[in-house]
Amino acid sequence: MVIDTVRCVGCMDCVVACKTENNVPEGFNRDWIAYDVQGEFPTLQMEIRSERCNHCDAPPCVYCCPTGASHVHDVGGVVLVDYDKCIGCKACVASCPYGARFINPEGYAEKCTFCIHRVEEGLDPACVSVCPTHCMHFGDLDDPNSEVSTLLASRRHHTLMPEAGTKPRIFYLT
Amino acid sequence: MQELTITRHNEMIDPLLHIWGWEIPVYLFLGGLVAGIMIISGYFVLQHRYRHTVFTTFYLPYIALALLSGGMFALFLDLEHKIYFWRLYTTFEWTSPMSWGSWILLIIYPALWVNTLIRIPEPFKGKIPLFDRLSALLHQHPVLIRNIGVLNMVLGVALGMYTGVLLSSFGARPLWNSAMLWALFLVSGLSAAAAFVHLITTDVYEREMLAKADNAFLTLELFVFGGFITGLLTSTKVHIDAVRLLLDGPYAPVFWVFVIGLGILVPLAIQLFAVNHKIRHTAIAPILVLLGGLTLRFVIVYAGQYSTWA
Amino acid sequence: MSSFTRRKFLKISAATVTVASGAAVLSKHSVTPAQAAKRPATGVQRIPTTCDICFWKCGAIASVRDGVLWKIEGNPDDPLSRGRLCPRGTGGVGAHFDPDRLRRPLIRRSDRGRDAWHEVSWDEAFAYIAKKMHAIKAAHGPEAVALFSHGIGGNFLKHTLKAFGTPNMAAPSFAQCRGPRDTGFRLTFGEDIGSPERTDIKNAQCLVLIGSHLGENMHNSQVQEFADAVGNGATVIVADPRFSIAAGKAKHYLPIKPGTDLALLLAWMHVLVQEGLYDKEYVAKHGFGFEQFAARLATFTPEWAYPETGIAPDVIRATAREMARHKPATLVHPGRHATWYGDDAQRSRAIALLNALLGSWGSKGGFYTPASMDVPAYPYPAYPKPARPKVDNPDHRYPFAHETITTGIREATITGKPYPVKGWFVYATNLLQALPNEQETIKAIQNLDLLVVIDVVPSEIAGWADVVLPESVYLERHDDLNVELFREPFVALRQPVVEPPGEQKPNWWMAKRLAETLGLGHFYPWKDIEEYFAHRLTAAGLRYEELKAKGILRGAAAPIYAADGVPLTFETPSGKIEFYSPQLEQAGFDPVPVYRKHEEPPPGAFRLLFGRSPVHTFSRTQTNRVLADMMDENEIWVNADVARRLELKSGEYVRLRNQDNVLSNRIKVKATQRIRPDCVYMVHGFGHTAKGLRHTYLKGASDSQLVTRYATDPLMGGTGMNVNFVTLEPEATRV
Repeated sequence: MVIDTVRCVGCMDCVVACKTENNVPEGFNRDWIAYDVQGEFPTLQMEIRSERCNHCDAPPCVYCCPTGASHVHDVGGVVLVDYDKCIGCKACVASCPYGARFINPEGYAEKCTFCIHRVEEGLDPACVSVCPTHCMHFGDLDDPNSEVSTLLASRRHHTLMPEAGTKPRIFYLT
Repeated sequence: MQELTITRHNEMIDPLLHIWGWEIPVYLFLGGLVAGIMIISGYFVLQHRYRHTVFTTFYLPYIALALLSGGMFALFLDLEHKIYFWRLYTTFEWTSPMSWGSWILLIIYPALWVNTLIRIPEPFKGKIPLFDRLSALLHQHPVLIRNIGVLNMVLGVALGMYTGVLLSSFGARPLWNSAMLWALFLVSGLSAAAAFVHLITTDVYEREMLAKADNAFLTLELFVFGGFITGLLTSTKVHIDAVRLLLDGPYAPVFWVFVIGLGILVPLAIQLFAVNHKIRHTAIAPILVLLGGLTLRFVIVYAGQYSTWA
Repeated sequence: MSSFTRRKFLKISAATVTVASGAAVLSKHSVTPAQAAKRPATGVQRIPTTCDICFWKCGAIASVRDGVLWKIEGNPDDPLSRGRLCPRGTGGVGAHFDPDRLRRPLIRRSDRGRDAWHEVSWDEAFAYIAKKMHAIKAAHGPEAVALFSHGIGGNFLKHTLKAFGTPNMAAPSFAQCRGPRDTGFRLTFGEDIGSPERTDIKNAQCLVLIGSHLGENMHNSQVQEFADAVGNGATVIVADPRFSIAAGKAKHYLPIKPGTDLALLLAWMHVLVQEGLYDKEYVAKHGFGFEQFAARLATFTPEWAYPETGIAPDVIRATAREMARHKPATLVHPGRHATWYGDDAQRSRAIALLNALLGSWGSKGGFYTPASMDVPAYPYPAYPKPARPKVDNPDHRYPFAHETITTGIREATITGKPYPVKGWFVYATNLLQALPNEQETIKAIQNLDLLVVIDVVPSEIAGWADVVLPESVYLERHDDLNVELFREPFVALRQPVVEPPGEQKPNWWMAKRLAETLGLGHFYPWKDIEEYFAHRLTAAGLRYEELKAKGILRGAAAPIYAADGVPLTFETPSGKIEFYSPQLEQAGFDPVPVYRKHEEPPPGAFRLLFGRSPVHTFSRTQTNRVLADMMDENEIWVNADVARRLELKSGEYVRLRNQDNVLSNRIKVKATQRIRPDCVYMVHGFGHTAKGLRHTYLKGASDSQLVTRYATDPLMGGTGMNVNFVTLEPEATRV
């Protein structure tokens, strides 16, 4: 996923869409907005980021899961939770440096799934589909001709906390 | 100057992680205690102590099993999806210290229990013929008894270590991110076990010996603490900030007074006088050691969740 | 409140209006992630309609899964939303599932001096209303009944009341919002800006925002185009006392002192004229009175503007030159909510003039000429001619008010002059939070014989009514056709996607039944609204069946820029762009805007500013559980240094006290670098006092409660509301 922070206005449409698409329980977020402001008034810079699980290539939440509930999907490197295997030990919640996971009131660990149920139908995740500023892009990072690859090749970008060693797979264009 | 506002407000994660409550520190303490007990009783088996006393080979393993079961019940209470707990035992995830631990805990039950066959005390002889036969078998093959001792010591070390490894594998929580955490939990477990067995054993030799051993463990624990703190203080900023939670931050009073002071230094001093026969042995020092060990687990678990990369 | 108050606010409680339900709304009706993982969605119906969370009317497609509303997405055929809704539209499911909704008609009855709500049938409600209306008509004439409404859902009520014989109908959007802007542009260009605004933001190469907080103000098309402009590298210039989201995208952020925008605008125009950077050809061709205008600008130098605004002269010059560099694709956005200090029509006129100097009116990247589809109105019988003129603007004391002034009707209701107003219909607008100085609104209500409130939830205004009529939400009803004036012509349909949960009815049904009860049934010759649609669409050469299936029917796109042949005509007295306005002069006003200082906050106090959140609409969505989950209380933005001085930290609660000693509810502090030290800011719409809104009751503070002073614009009667000053007090303070 590639997100253009220049276009993003932090309107939270992605958060609402995720909520209605995935019936995220009231009081919980699979995704959220971060308003990152630097400087002193009036000389300020602001970066706005729509954040969620980064579906890392070296996911600590998968490594630490004792039952294998937290796993990497065979397609796309998407990190998912098998709710029937999850015992609710919360190790994965502790292991994520991004705070991406939470415990659903029903007892299992929950987080962004990249709307895998939509992706497998050829659609974009709900957050990407709804974004009114068209700042979110989803696609195959391994395909050099995909939109996401082209954007990364032509724009400056960064990931979140690369020093955590998780190899996050959400890129923020700046 | 940075001003970061996030709109996320997930329970147990925001504003700071608070997923684990009293259940985890209680389990860590009981697990560490049982680990130390296993090492001690395994050592005593190798020293053939069963020839002189029946306490450490018969009653102590049962006590340890009860303590361990209590700890595992606390773990069970912590689970949010309890009816699926059996999923721990349908797989082995080699990258997950928790998976390692759940299997270690399973194996510990028979390993601890088999101690009780080495010497069955008089009141229980003849009650269960099978146990008497197994006991006799063991004495026919002394190497088996030796193996039981070694097995308990090895599993005790594994039990005492793995929780530290588990917490230190959470890179996202800088306080736990220390290579010394397994050693800290192990030596703390040993000192708690030494204090505990010293407190309840009926054998004089064992009582003296364990007091001296406890002093050694407490001294070693101070050194391990030194390594733990130094390692974090000389690491990155998030690690420095994390350990400072204990040194001069919100957890400092509890840490210095109850963990280091009353948990290590004071009982060490008391016991040094006691083993040098300057004062009589009392229950004060061992109880302080036990309470100090419990408080250490609480502080580590709570402060660790407070520590963050952000 | 005085003990002689006849009419009191009557709480509409959960016990009266709904079966108490506690749990999180979504989880009751919806599938949990674990269930969804096992059972993929089958049987999903997709029905097109239009959103009504705000009044933009974006085309939407609602997905209904096994008969239960699941989610709402944009209609790709819709030119307004281009297939993507804003967060409020996406959260519209929460309006349908809101457990605090009004369910049945209510009548206030007094029993031994105590008022109570009684649930009644629709027939009983209409009979009561009709009886009262006839009584008012007999005693005071039909003009004594007024309508306050907001949104397209008021159309049929207007029709019924026009048939009844009153001319007094108003929307708060004129005098409390965009009225001054439209007046200022009419005086200059002869035309409104309109809604949706005819701004070609996506093609602007330089976009200037004066206090306009696009991105927080979430008008879908505007924000989408804003993102397009930003993404295309447009130069954004923002003048705002607060570092808004838009300011975060700006190349030039001007932290202007509140109340001094007009000085900045005049200084910019001075620079453009003095340095000859304006579009000379455009001005020569289309302008009237330029020389007199230029002469009056002489004293408004950047050096003069600097101490007023706090913006350095070189910054003023640099930004003016930047604007000129990109002309005519430089858009100085007219904003929307323009009622600030009482000189707002003149300030808006200054914005219009600045655009005129840059040649952006009619140009690509400036203001385009919109078009609409020709869908004839329904051929109703002629309305009776009211015996008296509208009551809101006696003797045209506000000579340039081209729409009805809500606060004018309110004043007439209080004073009885020029004639008494005895009945109010209030549709979809929470007057207590929409009009300034709520005490005046309450005072006016005391004089009413009849107050009918039509709403979806038990809002504050509903608590003052005699009759409360529960409307179904937009997802459950038809509304009048939306024939939009926009970049391209189209007509859009709002139609039900699910059934209402109770006895709620749509506005068209209520208006028709009321008309029938009043004996005016002949004004509704159609038996149901689909017959009405079919008639109008057929007359336009369109098919209702097609509109029903697609939701939107588009017309042929035509050129919208002058460069493509669209003629530029100006409906002004001179027929040209009036740089100098003789009609203003004749009316006794400044023919070219003049800056006058506004009162500043006393020491220790802060000017109260307010604005929007992208997840809420006015005061109507705080009860929507989905949107409340995004933002469930507002915060008071305080400059970080000021907060430090006052020993306040973010997350602590304070109360605000204004200059008239009104004390607000507790509100969370946000200590931030993003605002000037002389003002504080909060999002509008919180601090609800209606207990029936259980989820949002007393969450956050109400800015409108603190707007007890307002400055009336002499040109058009707009109510400038940024003229209140507050101090911050500890949470524990009591009145």
